[in-house]
Amino acid sequence: MDKILQINNLRTIFNTPEGIVHAVNGVSFHISEGETLAVVGESGCGKTVTMLSILGLIPIPPGEIVSGSAYYHNKDLLQLPEEELERIRGREIAMIFQDPMTSLNPVLTIGRQLTEPLTLHLGFDQQKAIQRAVEMLTFVGIPDAEKRLDAYPHQFSGGMRQRVMIAMALGCAPSIAIADEPTTALDVTIQAQIIELVIRLREELGMAILWITHDLGVVAGLAERVIVMYSGLILEEADVYNLYENPCHPYTTALLGALPRVDYTRHQRLDSIPGAPPNLLIEPKHCPFAPRCQFVMDICREQMPQLELIGSDHQIACWVDIHTGKSR
Amino acid sequence: MNQNQSIVHIDGLKKHFPVMHGIVFERQVGAVRAVDGLTFEIHRGETLGLVGESGCGKTTAGRTILGLYPLTEGSVKIDGHDINNKDSENILAIRRKAQMIFQDPFASLNPRWTVNAIVSEPMRVHKLFPDQKTRTEKVKELLTLVGMSSRLVNRFPHEFSGGQRQRIGIARALAPEPLFIVCDEPISALDVSIQAQVVNLLEDLQDRFNLSYLFIAHDLSMVRHICDRVAVMYLGIIVELASRNDLYETPLHPYSQALLSAVPIPDPRKDRARNRIILTGDVPSPLNPPSGCRFHPRCPIAIDRCSVDEPEWREIASNHWVSCHLV
Repeated sequence: MDKILQINNLRTIFNTPEGIVHAVNGVSFHISEGETLAVVGESGCGKTVTMLSILGLIPIPPGEIVSGSAYYHNKDLLQLPEEELERIRGREIAMIFQDPMTSLNPVLTIGRQLTEPLTLHLGFDQQKAIQRAVEMLTFVGIPDAEKRLDAYPHQFSGGMRQRVMIAMALGCAPSIAIADEPTTALDVTIQAQIIELVIRLREELGMAILWITHDLGVVAGLAERVIVMYSGLILEEADVYNLYENPCHPYTTALLGALPRVDYTRHQRLDSIPGAPPNLLIEPKHCPFAPRCQFVMDICREQMPQLELIGSDHQIACWVDIHTGKSR
Repeated sequence: MNQNQSIVHIDGLKKHFPVMHGIVFERQVGAVRAVDGLTFEIHRGETLGLVGESGCGKTTAGRTILGLYPLTEGSVKIDGHDINNKDSENILAIRRKAQMIFQDPFASLNPRWTVNAIVSEPMRVHKLFPDQKTRTEKVKELLTLVGMSSRLVNRFPHEFSGGQRQRIGIARALAPEPLFIVCDEPISALDVSIQAQVVNLLEDLQDRFNLSYLFIAHDLSMVRHICDRVAVMYLGIIVELASRNDLYETPLHPYSQALLSAVPIPDPRKDRARNRIILTGDVPSPLNPPSGCRFHPRCPIAIDRCSVDEPEWREIASNHWVSCHLV
């Protein structure tokens, strides 16, 4: 499969009155055509900032992209002038945001919001755009689509709004859809509906999906490849089966151990991760997880481990082999 | 003390919020039936989970049980004290025995108060110690108990992270030495790695002080982990109540089945092999709940009778209660 998006050594910082916030500290990954890639991490790990940096949505200032490149086909998105980026953003790379309550404009009808990208990006006339909007709404499972075009966002429930967001993102048939915690604000039953919908869309439209989430449960059922982030760095990258069955980074194993499971009958104590999430005001010079890691060695507090292949499609950035507890 | 002694009795609890219309001649045009008849007991040292989708009335139930909202109908007894009895001594006794841990650790601590003032307030109100000095000693003890340094007593809430604030909230709840704590989504605002810390703390405290918890949550995996019995709520009523393993292994109500099948499992092979029951639509409005069984418009197995008759609350197996015509 061809890589359609290649990110290299991306670094993003924010200049704040308290000091420099090191949000993304050198992240490299790729997405292939038609692939579902999940980026997992806790709040503040840099997963959302990574996505916003790629799409040129970081407010500058206070934000600053210090280094890196993001190649979409042969164009570096980070170097493109704004007008060219606008042609790609929304049309070829679409976004689905976390909060369907706030990411729709409350004073415009759903129809207006759905047709806008179609007239803007694809040059559709009004009639054709409305026709396409109805098709998309029906496709994402909103009944009576034609009538619903005149409705306002507040007339929809949370799950329905997220469907509208998805319809809007997919209207221009993008080749990549970036979804930032699209189900976090929803109930489990509605989350199951949305995941089902995304799986169907992926199969029928064949686009690549970058799914950003903190929920390791959702990822298991959806993704093909998973990236685990912490403190603005990638700590582990593997295909989904490898990651869950043979996690090799201490942070990944700790996260999985801290997760209660609905399918476990025996009551066992959760393995909590001691300590607190990292302070982003300090630039990581060594492994950022070292203060909380149970396998920590001297080198972990001195040098930064680099991502290294440890199997096919399986990379970790760690000095330790967790199976032996010794240096790799 | 007898482990099976029940400490909280709730009988036919209802909480309706009136919907008013008009400005000068204000009149009631309807009621949001947020909680519409709950009956259950909580035993000493037990954790009862209350689960359901947002808008099902679980938070309102928790608050009404503690008397934070005046109830519309029914009765709540906490360790023998009736919440309907408005006698100030009685209310004070309930306030001391029943405490609450709130969902949002950023909104539930007064930003102008020090940790010392926050945690010692319940002791001051209930006159537990003669002077502030002994109360401060007790605050330090409580902070150590919840896994924080006792040197932090003079700090302010903004100096702490979400997980630490939730620990302060727990210390405050423990201060008047309660028997019963309502935990209203105590971990849903926290990161996974911090969630496990707080849940382990809640379990340790329960073992140590023989506390009873009403654990309100929408995270069904966590509920399975921490609760002894679980009640599934839908649109203001409980549709199923059973011990943890009975409910998760053999859910009987179609809503419980759908809810459980929708929970993702962090294991790709298991998760993908599962048969999901996908419910259509959303939870209807509690302003005008459906006739008959409230779940029938979304129920995959509903028959004609379900839209007419309200199902009875029946004990199907020992301690396994369900309200459905088809079980």
